[in-house]
Amino acid sequence: MEFWRKPLDADDIHITRGNVYVLDDRCKGCGYCIEFCPQKVLKASKGFNKKGYHYPEILKPKDCLNCHYCEIICPDFAIYSIAQVVAEKGSKNEVNK
Amino acid sequence: MKGRVRTGAHYWTGDIACAEGALAAGCMFFGGYPITPATEIAEHMSERLPEVLGTFIQMEDEIAAMAAILGASWAGAKSMTATSGPGFSLMMENLGLGICTETPCVVVNVQRPGPSTGLPTLGAQGDMMQARWGSHGHYEIIAMSPCSPQETFYQTIEAFNLSEIYRVPVLIMTDEIVGHMSEKVIVPDAKDIVILNRPKPKGKKENFKPYAAGRNGIPPMPSAGEGYNVHITGLTHDERGYPVMTPEAQVEMVQRIVDKIRNNCHDIIKTESHLLEDADIVVVSYGISSRTSLSAVYEARKCGIKAGLLRLITVWPFPCEEIRALAKRVKGFVTVEINLGQIHLEVERCSEGKAPAILVGHPGGTIITPDDVLKVLKEAF
Amino acid sequence: MQPDHPLNDLLRKDRIPHIWCSGCGIGTIFSACLNAIKASEIDLSKVVMVSGIGCSGRGAGYINVDSFHTTHGRAIPFATGMKLANPSLHVIVFSGDGDLFAIGGNHFIHAARRNIELTVICVNNLNYGMTGGQAAATTPNRAKTTTTPLGNPESPFNLPLLAYASGATYVARWTMLHTRDLTNSIKEALQKKGFSFIEALCPCPVNYGRRNKLRPLDVFKAYQQKSIVKNGANPIEIDADSDKGIIVGKFIDTERPTYTEMYNKIYRSKG
Repeated sequence: MEFWRKPLDADDIHITRGNVYVLDDRCKGCGYCIEFCPQKVLKASKGFNKKGYHYPEILKPKDCLNCHYCEIICPDFAIYSIAQVVAEKGSKNEVNK
Repeated sequence: MKGRVRTGAHYWTGDIACAEGALAAGCMFFGGYPITPATEIAEHMSERLPEVLGTFIQMEDEIAAMAAILGASWAGAKSMTATSGPGFSLMMENLGLGICTETPCVVVNVQRPGPSTGLPTLGAQGDMMQARWGSHGHYEIIAMSPCSPQETFYQTIEAFNLSEIYRVPVLIMTDEIVGHMSEKVIVPDAKDIVILNRPKPKGKKENFKPYAAGRNGIPPMPSAGEGYNVHITGLTHDERGYPVMTPEAQVEMVQRIVDKIRNNCHDIIKTESHLLEDADIVVVSYGISSRTSLSAVYEARKCGIKAGLLRLITVWPFPCEEIRALAKRVKGFVTVEINLGQIHLEVERCSEGKAPAILVGHPGGTIITPDDVLKVLKEAF
Repeated sequence: MQPDHPLNDLLRKDRIPHIWCSGCGIGTIFSACLNAIKASEIDLSKVVMVSGIGCSGRGAGYINVDSFHTTHGRAIPFATGMKLANPSLHVIVFSGDGDLFAIGGNHFIHAARRNIELTVICVNNLNYGMTGGQAAATTPNRAKTTTTPLGNPESPFNLPLLAYASGATYVARWTMLHTRDLTNSIKEALQKKGFSFIEALCPCPVNYGRRNKLRPLDVFKAYQQKSIVKNGANPIEIDADSDKGIIVGKFIDTERPTYTEMYNKIYRSKG
């Protein structure tokens, strides 16, 4: 993420990360997840799913911030993100919620 | 606080006897809408149901009343509504939902003359075919027709029992005359009243199939909130309750809900015979008309006419076999009913041309007197 | 291994994909409803969904709790009977604008007046989708539908105003883009006693959108640009007009005795 000014507490802020999953065959190709992803993680597939729709493909998996918007805007229960387990500076593992 | 069963002798109208019969049968929910001549049932239930911890609600119309009793039934309560012609017409849509989703409930129609608003304060028996075929699609239904307040009491209990064990809405097709007449009604001890309950599922709740019926064609019925996660729909559905839009699913579903009544006809149908053993003229009647018919039959016997009465206690399913058997040996049938020929059509159909059938009918507003019937018995055959 | 979709346990997975068209917003609103049920932490065996007929009426068929798909317009009286016969149930009515406000309008106002404890979610897609896009009681004036080919001569209901005037104790309106607010509203409504009503606006791209030259993303753009969140706004002043502005928010959140409470107090307190 680019900032016009680096926030003073940037080092303390924990940026959540997620893994996006797509259930290709549930997708009906409305494209809402692609349109509304704030990180532009997704793009429409070239290929078709079982029902002949272009489902979302994950273009930039590392950019997902686990905001879940794709998941809650999807009318077809076809996409969702799960928090990444990240190792914190210390030793304890932390799960993003 | 009064109990469910008011054991003792009472002087009740048919409407009150109906409400008390419902309470004795275990009714816990009444959804109604005022209409003459059925209003007294709702009024009585509004007073009595809270005494047995049941719930009464006056809905915004009869459509809502019928929908509410189906919802209450799926919540586990024995439920009932009562109405008359115009309200009965409004109930037809959700009566179909009750048939399709196999929901036990009791619908009382205190009949008055139609069409339309007709004669609201007088009696008739003109809704008999509507009771049979009023909702769209093909189905079988159970309808009873009491001839006195005492019989209304017992038939209401029987109606609840039948609706529970066959999982079908049961209709009580009474009329203004029986509904408003006051007579002695004996209520027995609670222990002498037979109460039957819907079959309940046993075993595991996961992947429960709400319409997987046993050999008798009647699936066990869970209630909402018991953890079976059922889906219930008025669309044609499979054993899981899921909609299936195919002719095959239609055959399977409709055939079963028709067969569960047809195959149990012998247990459901109840008739009463008077002087039929040697009769060569058979009067077929039900409800209030069967009382005047019986009087006419006795008068006819005094005049040397060998008349008998077949009184229908359940009108639907129709006792086809009894009529067929009688048709082989009698001179003719006389159907007595306060309409211009409804059950008469069934008598004609079932006599299969072997014996002629004559109608003594009236479009409603008055009873058919014994003299009206006697005159036909003397002249007809 | 890929983890399950977080709502899989609340879905009848064997019935997914559902029947709703590509781009139809009902699925999103339904998903918000499922998320709200989860967040409310209500015992799922006590949650019941009742639907009427129509596209949104199919909702009951996809939730893995006791669910009832009833007749056209009659979900509310069916739900009323169910709730009164077993007050421990949490009864959600999920249905469409045509079902709840045209054929079922009378039932809606009376359930609100009685303050029956129901959570009514109305998916408002401005037309009858299931039958091919006819005018509804919510179709905007001059809009084109198959039964108003030259434009709708009628005016639509203001649904939150109708709910408020009828006596609902919780009234909110959101668009499907406000999905988090919508989820939160449904959750609040579920946890509240009394009659609650939530209107959720969504596009019907295939039937309404096509005839009115509204692609779903255009509708969303209008939602984004024209929506004004006004919590607590007077329901008489809340337009849902994409020209003037779409007022969304939680408008009413109040308390009054429910039917069951009053019935118990008046009829059952002597025993």
